[in-house]
Formats: sequence, structure tokens, C-alpha cells
Amino acid sequence: MTNKIISINNLKKKYGKQVVLNDVSFEVNTGQIVGLIGPSGAGKSTIIKLTLGMEKADSGNSEVFNTHMPNRKVLNKMGYMAQSDALYSSLTARENLTFFAKMREINKDSIASEIERVSEIVDLTQHLDKKIENFSGGMKRRLSLAIAFLGSPQLLILDEPTVGIDPALRKQIWVELGKLRDNGCSILVTTHVMDEAELTDRVVLLIDGNIIADDTPAILKTQYQVDSIENVFMKAEGDM
Amino acid sequence: MKTLSIASRILKEIFRDKKTLAMIFIVPIIVMSLMSYIFKSYSNTDVNIGTINISQQVESNLKHVKNIDIKKYNNEKDANNALKENKIDSFIVYKDNKYTMVHANIDASKTSMTKAALQTALTQTTIKNLSSVAEKVMPAQMKQPKVQFANEYRYVSSNTNFFDKMMPTLMAFFVFFFVFLTSGMALLKERTTGTLDRLLATPVKRSEIIFGYTLSYGAMAVIQTVLIVLFTINILNIEVVGSIWLILLTTFLLSIVAIAAGLLLSTFVKSEFQLMQFIPVVVIPQIFFSGLIPLDSLDTWAKVLSFIFPIKYASEAISNVMMRGFTFSGISIDLMVIILFIVVLTTINIIGLKRYRKV
Repeated sequence: MTNKIISINNLKKKYGKQVVLNDVSFEVNTGQIVGLIGPSGAGKSTIIKLTLGMEKADSGNSEVFNTHMPNRKVLNKMGYMAQSDALYSSLTARENLTFFAKMREINKDSIASEIERVSEIVDLTQHLDKKIENFSGGMKRRLSLAIAFLGSPQLLILDEPTVGIDPALRKQIWVELGKLRDNGCSILVTTHVMDEAELTDRVVLLIDGNIIADDTPAILKTQYQVDSIENVFMKAEGDM
Repeated sequence: MKTLSIASRILKEIFRDKKTLAMIFIVPIIVMSLMSYIFKSYSNTDVNIGTINISQQVESNLKHVKNIDIKKYNNEKDANNALKENKIDSFIVYKDNKYTMVHANIDASKTSMTKAALQTALTQTTIKNLSSVAEKVMPAQMKQPKVQFANEYRYVSSNTNFFDKMMPTLMAFFVFFFVFLTSGMALLKERTTGTLDRLLATPVKRSEIIFGYTLSYGAMAVIQTVLIVLFTINILNIEVVGSIWLILLTTFLLSIVAIAAGLLLSTFVKSEFQLMQFIPVVVIPQIFFSGLIPLDSLDTWAKVLSFIFPIKYASEAISNVMMRGFTFSGISIDLMVIILFIVVLTTINIIGLKRYRKV
């Protein structure tokens, strides 16, 4: 089944004279985890901003759920986690979750059970009533991820979700992402961690605003004749 | 609905932030008390006048003038020394049928008080002399009724001082300044921590965010306004001729302008430090154009400039209500201008959020 959830067509974006995205096209299909990897400054965050409708492309377009972006209503079907933790530090974890649940238009009666569910995924159930200012970096990251999970969105957009999370929990989170995918959720994730890229269904390799490669990890490895995505990355960057 | 959720979240944050609370509620009161104290004691300053060779009559009249103290000197040299040592503010010499006043003139108001005092004393002396002459010449029944003076104070009773006149402007200024600063900081923080992006990644409307801020800080402003107004009237004993409700209404509307202005400014700056740098540009000029200094004598360009400062309208309205007892219709034009500020600034803010999300 190849139902397109995100469809990005010939996106071009310049900031001033600097070309950030140069004719970028790719797709995210239903029930796929797509890993967007590339060095910093390659344009990963710009793609995410264009997908969310925070920025407008100079040419080309992005469609999410067959709706031309930017579109406000479609945002309801998406869970977003930014690179920064983006939490209200004087509020408790529960208050943060409640607030964003309301913003995501989650049914009032199911907010409490949703909070239980997502906090269990990221293992924060015992810390729900602590203020964020007393949270460790890893806890903030987990809460930030939990907020993206609220309301079981059909599309998750995660910008570096596992930075600062310890290996055991990172593994658990990827298991959870796998489960969500199996339930039909589509996930677009950027990452620096190459062994995480191995866990995706497709890797989109972005360097200097150009897509260098877009395929499953296995095919990419044979194509570049290396044994890991990390080496694919190194080799692709070396070829530039 | 979302507006309410955003507003209640912001209120929660404010109430957990003791510094912001103090900034909104306690600081204005402390500053106003201090100013009131200083200006009250300023208006009661005594003027010390040295006299040389002044007639008994004039001198005793001088002594009866309020806030005037008289010291007698034998010659000009002594008086000059006293002036130098700051013991007296002026001295008066009577020589060759002529009164000469020498002023230190460090404080212009003391100089004019001295001038006025001498004038009064001399007039009284002349009247007295005239009437005693008249008494001798005319029979008792034809005697002129004695001339008496009475002052009537039309708007505010006799014990107004400089502070009372400044009060409306100061009140407007404090309401504006502290709300402006705290609301601006809050939206800036929301942007720098990334929560604004996260908020805009939900289907929330841009207007709901701006209204949420306006509502929550507006609620704080109501409490602040009531506190400042009641404090001014009851504890600082400032007289209000008109209705307190009109004053509350005006200051509240002004605080909404302050919120909108704070939110607007926060979108132009990158850090809290930059926001502080804008204060001399945005806030300080308002003090001078807001009625503390009479604007009538200004050049046309400066007068035109004063029209863009919202504090001017508020302080005009407040002082008209406070000191001249204006009713709603009297200040309605000022209020309308303030509301126009609110509408324009809020619209700009809602459109301005497009920088962070295109829809």
C-alpha cells in the first residue's frame, strides 16, 4: 500500500542568497519510518518547517494528507517534536501535557488517560507532578517526545528525538516508534545517530540542500558497498 | 476556548514567578510612595530670607507669609556671607527708598516665592497705611469696609502640590511600563525556548495566542490598576474630583495598549537584553510627552510627535477626571484613541505571528 502521507515536490528555499534546499523531492508513505539524515546545515530543519507550514517555499510545494501546506487544520493530525525541548519550565509535566493536549484539540474526557498512556511510553509516570525546572536534560527530552505522542497522531515529525536520552531508553523509544508504525502511523525523523538510521524503513540522505540518496538502509549499503549507514554517509559526503 | 487555556497557562506561570509578581504589584507602589514622600516634603520647604534695614511693619508682614522665615542682618556683608553659606535663600535691602532683593537663585521656585512674599508684605503695608489715613480723615460711619481676600479652589482643594499634578501621568506611566515589560518578556521567552514553535505546530489560531496573552496580562493589569489607583487615592491622599471608575477604566485600557506594545516589541528583538535596550527608545520619551511638562509651548513637529504616544491620552483623561471632574463624555475622545491603539497594535501582532507560521 503506497498511500502518500507527506509528498514533497521540487522544493526550493533560499534565505537571502544562501540556497538551503535545492529542488528537493521525496515522500513519506503510510506506515513508514523515514529517516532524514545529513550534516548540520544540510537543510533538515528547513524541510521540517516547510512540512509544518512554518515556512513557505520559494518554489515547489509540500502536501501533507493530500492538503497543500501551509494549512492550519491539518496540523491536528501531526505530532511534532522540535530540536529544543520547548517546555514551560515553571509548570509540571502534567500541566505541560494537559496544555498541549488542549491545543491539539483532544477530547476533554480522554486527556487524563492520554497523559497516562504517553507518559508510560517515555517512562515518566512517577514524575508527572514535578516541575520541569527540576527535570534532568533526558527527562525533558522524554517529556517533549511524550507531547508529540499525544492523541495518537497519524503522522509524527521528530527533530532529533533521542539526543540526550540514555541507550536503554533510546532502544525502548525506537521499539515504541516501531509499534506506532505497525499501527499505521507515519514517522519522519531527523537524526545524527547513524545506528538509529539503520532502524528506519527508508533513509533520505541530505547534503547541502540536495538529496543524495533515498532508499532502504539495506539497498543503500549494497549500493555504496559498505556495511553500515554511517559509512554510506561518509562515502556520500566524500563524493560531494 | 483555546484562548482561555492559553490565558490560564500564562497566569499559572506568572503566579509561580515571584519576580514578575513583584514587578507588577510591589515595585510601582514602592516607587510611587517614595516619589510622593519626596514631593510632599519639597512643597513644604521653607524659604529663608535675610533682611537689612526693613521697616518693622513690612517685616512683621513678611513673617506672616506662609513658609517664610526671616533673619535680620546689620549689613550687606553679613547677609552675603549667609547667602554663600546657604543659610538664607535671598535677602532684601531697603536703602534710599528702594527695596533691593538679592537671590541665590539656585532654586527658581524659592526666588519667586521671595518676590511674591515681598510684594504681599508691601501691599499689606500700603493698605494698612491708607486705611489709617482714611480713618483720620473720614467720619467713622463712612469708613470703607476692610478689603478681604478669599481664595476659592475650583477643582481641587487648597492643599495640592506638585505631586498631585504629576500623579495622573505617573499612574499612567507605571501601569504602562511594568505591564509592557512583563508581557514583552513573556512572549519573547516563549519564542526563545521554542514553545512558540511547538504551539504553532498545533492547530491553534494566531489570534488565539495573542488574545490569550492579552487576556491573561489584562487580568493582571486589572489587579494592578485597582491596587495602584486605590493606593494613590487612599494612602497617598490624592484627591479625585471625578469618578474612580473612569480612572480605572482609562488605566485598564492603557494597560491593554502596553500589553500589545510589549508583544509587538518582543517580535523585533532577539534577546531579553535587546528588549531592555529598547526601553530608552519606547518608554522614556513617553514620560516627557505625556503631560508632565506642558506641551502647549512646543513646536508643531513636537506636538505632532506627542500624538503617537498612548500615555499622553491616558494621562490627559486621568487628570481631567481626577482634577477637573470630567465625566465619561468628557474623556471619550481620549478613550477612543486608546482603543484605536489597541485595535491597531493587536492586529499587527496577529499578522506579525505569520513570521513563525505562514497560516
